[in-house]
Amino acid sequence: MKGLEIRRNVAKLGLARITAAVSPSTAVRLGPLEYRHVDEPDLPGPGWHRVSTRLSGICGSDLSLIEGHASTYFDDWVSFPFVPGHEIVGSLDDGSRVIIEPVLGHEARGFAPPFDGAAPGDGDDYAHLATGDLEPGIQTGFCCSTGGGWAPEFVAHESQLHRIGDDMPDERAVLVEPIAGGIHAALLTWPTIAGVTAPVVAVLGAGTMGLAAIAGLRRYVPEVRIVVGARYPNQSATAKSLGADIVVQPAELGRAVRRMVGCHIIGDHLTSGAHATIDAVGNAASITDCLRITRPRGRVVLLGMPSDVSLDLTGLWHRETELKGAYTYGTETLPDGSRVRTFDLAIETANELQAERLLSATYRLADHVDAIAHASAAGRRGAIKIAFDLREEG
Amino acid sequence: MPRPGFVLDVDRSTPPILFWRGEGFSLEKLPADRSRVIYPPEPLAALDDVDGAIRRALLQPHDSDPLPALLFPGMKLTIAFDDASLSLPKMRTPDTRQRVIEAVLDLAAAAGVDDVHLIAALGLHRRMHDYELRHVLGNRIYDAFEPRGALYQHDAEDYDNLAELGTTPEGEVVEINKRAADSDLLVYVNVNQAAMDGGWKSVTTGLASYRCLSFHHNPETLQNTRSLMDRHHSELHKSVWRMGKVVRDNGPKIFQIETTLNTDTFPSPFDFLSKREWEWTARDRATYLATAKSLDRAPSRLARKIFHGIEAPYRTTSVQAGDTESVHKITLDNVYAQQLVEVQGQTDILTMGIPFICPYNPESIMNPILVMCMGLGYLFNMYRGMPLVREGGVVIMTHPTYRDFHPVHHPSYIDFYEQVLADSNDPVVMSKKWEKQYAEDEWYRHLYRTGNAYHGVHPFYAWYWGAHGLQHAGRVIIVGGEPRAVRRLGFTPASTMDDAFEIASDVVGRSATVTHLHVPAILVADVQ
Repeated sequence: MKGLEIRRNVAKLGLARITAAVSPSTAVRLGPLEYRHVDEPDLPGPGWHRVSTRLSGICGSDLSLIEGHASTYFDDWVSFPFVPGHEIVGSLDDGSRVIIEPVLGHEARGFAPPFDGAAPGDGDDYAHLATGDLEPGIQTGFCCSTGGGWAPEFVAHESQLHRIGDDMPDERAVLVEPIAGGIHAALLTWPTIAGVTAPVVAVLGAGTMGLAAIAGLRRYVPEVRIVVGARYPNQSATAKSLGADIVVQPAELGRAVRRMVGCHIIGDHLTSGAHATIDAVGNAASITDCLRITRPRGRVVLLGMPSDVSLDLTGLWHRETELKGAYTYGTETLPDGSRVRTFDLAIETANELQAERLLSATYRLADHVDAIAHASAAGRRGAIKIAFDLREEG
Repeated sequence: MPRPGFVLDVDRSTPPILFWRGEGFSLEKLPADRSRVIYPPEPLAALDDVDGAIRRALLQPHDSDPLPALLFPGMKLTIAFDDASLSLPKMRTPDTRQRVIEAVLDLAAAAGVDDVHLIAALGLHRRMHDYELRHVLGNRIYDAFEPRGALYQHDAEDYDNLAELGTTPEGEVVEINKRAADSDLLVYVNVNQAAMDGGWKSVTTGLASYRCLSFHHNPETLQNTRSLMDRHHSELHKSVWRMGKVVRDNGPKIFQIETTLNTDTFPSPFDFLSKREWEWTARDRATYLATAKSLDRAPSRLARKIFHGIEAPYRTTSVQAGDTESVHKITLDNVYAQQLVEVQGQTDILTMGIPFICPYNPESIMNPILVMCMGLGYLFNMYRGMPLVREGGVVIMTHPTYRDFHPVHHPSYIDFYEQVLADSNDPVVMSKKWEKQYAEDEWYRHLYRTGNAYHGVHPFYAWYWGAHGLQHAGRVIIVGGEPRAVRRLGFTPASTMDDAFEIASDVVGRSATVTHLHVPAILVADVQ
């Protein structure tokens, strides 16, 4: 079958990194992503299913790989060559449609789950991600044993499958995975703001992940006041429609937070600030901004993958700010104490929001250069989520 | 003999006309046969002996006992003076205020008065920097009073040091500086560059609390102030005069000293700015070209530094002292003698170049809100009778309108731009919805009281200043401004003057009349 594949090629990664800033489409052409014949992966064992991709989204982490910005951290946690694509709605051989929860957890790799009913992302030892029945790979879409959504077929373990009914269109289902990520980040603010009356949570960035976090905050964090830094008009409008109270330009976020909480500005920092901040951008500037606008002993949740950044952490030290990563999803504890899997919340949220409105455009795999370029400039071009449509591919 | 102001009808032989563009300028060709340019009168002759005139004013005041008769040992004497918002640009030293205050202090010393306080009458303006106080007062006064705490700046938020004097029949609360209110004599020292200043406005604005100011600095009052330069048709001045009656009845004895300046604004090499273009010499043209090009290339910080470093060669044209109202009448006569130009009828399009400075950015940045304030607040209001532009006409300004703010002087302006203007540019709406929040913001209050920041509500007041112009104009266009900032103000951006005329034609048609208000210097159009 023909699909998109990434091979380990340092020279191509370097070329992609150099050219990406100028021309994302050139970076795609020169970079490590190739549209080529790929073998259908073998089923690794019992409990595995062959899945035909229907739609598969393009995520920021995919773009950073293609454009050569991903951290070397992942070198030992992925296995080349791999087919990217972890935001997936597909169909099984029996025709039923499934959303993939892409983390290759304990059960997929032949290990006992960390607790009964655990989600693939749960657990506090990541050894299984690089060992067990599969080659290393944190998720479907980063593992050579499983394949990924950017090819017509891949394999998925029963623990990764969420079967959906006819009432959920593919265009909505493909948004479930990023929405789950956003909800997870939203709920990671809760330990900091529990007990606070009308807490303020700032969200920096209003791409798909930032928007998903806003939706998660509004639905699952009681009484929260949400202030958002969004760069583009369509992002701003969508953020408001998802429940943001105030949306401003990213450069204006600090002052907007100050006005909400009524503190001072000394130097570059607010004297107080948001109770928690979600960084949905993930670079040195955005993390620095988040640290400036989060109150002492508040929490900054890193939703955007930050890669290699250089930061002055004196303020973090002085203000005892908590920096919290937000990777994927798993089992959440809601403010009322109940435990629920993030994907169940995400499916509920996607249906409630009719999340298909966040899917701006789809492309065939053969048009991947245009698709990646579109996704790279999604905000500027008025788009939110870009995805591949493989329903006609075979 | 200085030439009076006049109105030039533009024809094909008229040279391009000078327009300010912030820290720069341009020459613009105005449409022939339907445009006119209003030139200000040339600077009036100055007093030959300023110190002698000051002494005479103090000894032979209007409707008041001579100052020495009001001074006695053991008395409490307070001298309040206009702040750094006057003069613009700052005048060469010695500043007129220094000369006047030194004369007052000499008389006070001779009378054995030793409880003397000097108060900078800031109103809600920013506190003056020490170097500004030294510039206005001179080193001798500064060094004698500041170290012992007898020279300080009014604080409109220091409710322990404010005194309520009463209420006008319209319910306006008059609340002023307590030291001034408790004094046996309050001497107010004014520098007058505009007809709106002086009179009762000095005390009921410069020494007032925020609460007191809010009764006349609001959209309703300023929409009905027609104009700021015509006190008898100004609701603001009517309110101020009502408050003045309360001060007169219940407050301290006041000895008002007002001075007027001529319009000799720019020293060499910028003196060509004050000339009429067809009288430019070859040297003037060369200076214009060299200056304009250099400023174009200079970083804005440098250009700002150059302009704010200018010390104007203003000369004093009159000094009068005594009863506030009696003094102010004479002051107005002197101001109008310098600034009034008779103009026949209104125009469809009013053009104005916005300079680098307005009363609210001495040593600072002309941010977008101040561009609006200078254009629609000050220059639009430079009329008596009726506005220069007809109702529904177009105002065209030239200014870069950069989105740039002085973070120390204008912190609440930044929020006003980001929050309030993003919501509404209607003075009435913003007053109801947002002003209270800005008035009560503890950070702004702290910066106003202890730093060098304008009061939290000052951007509202700057905006209200243009309320009448905003209501009157059918469209406002800014040529050369950053489009995003211009739109945030609610105005229309244009790249060139020709584009602006094209845009204006949607509102006023293609054969619209154009009137250009030529600044510098300041003028008041007496529109017949």
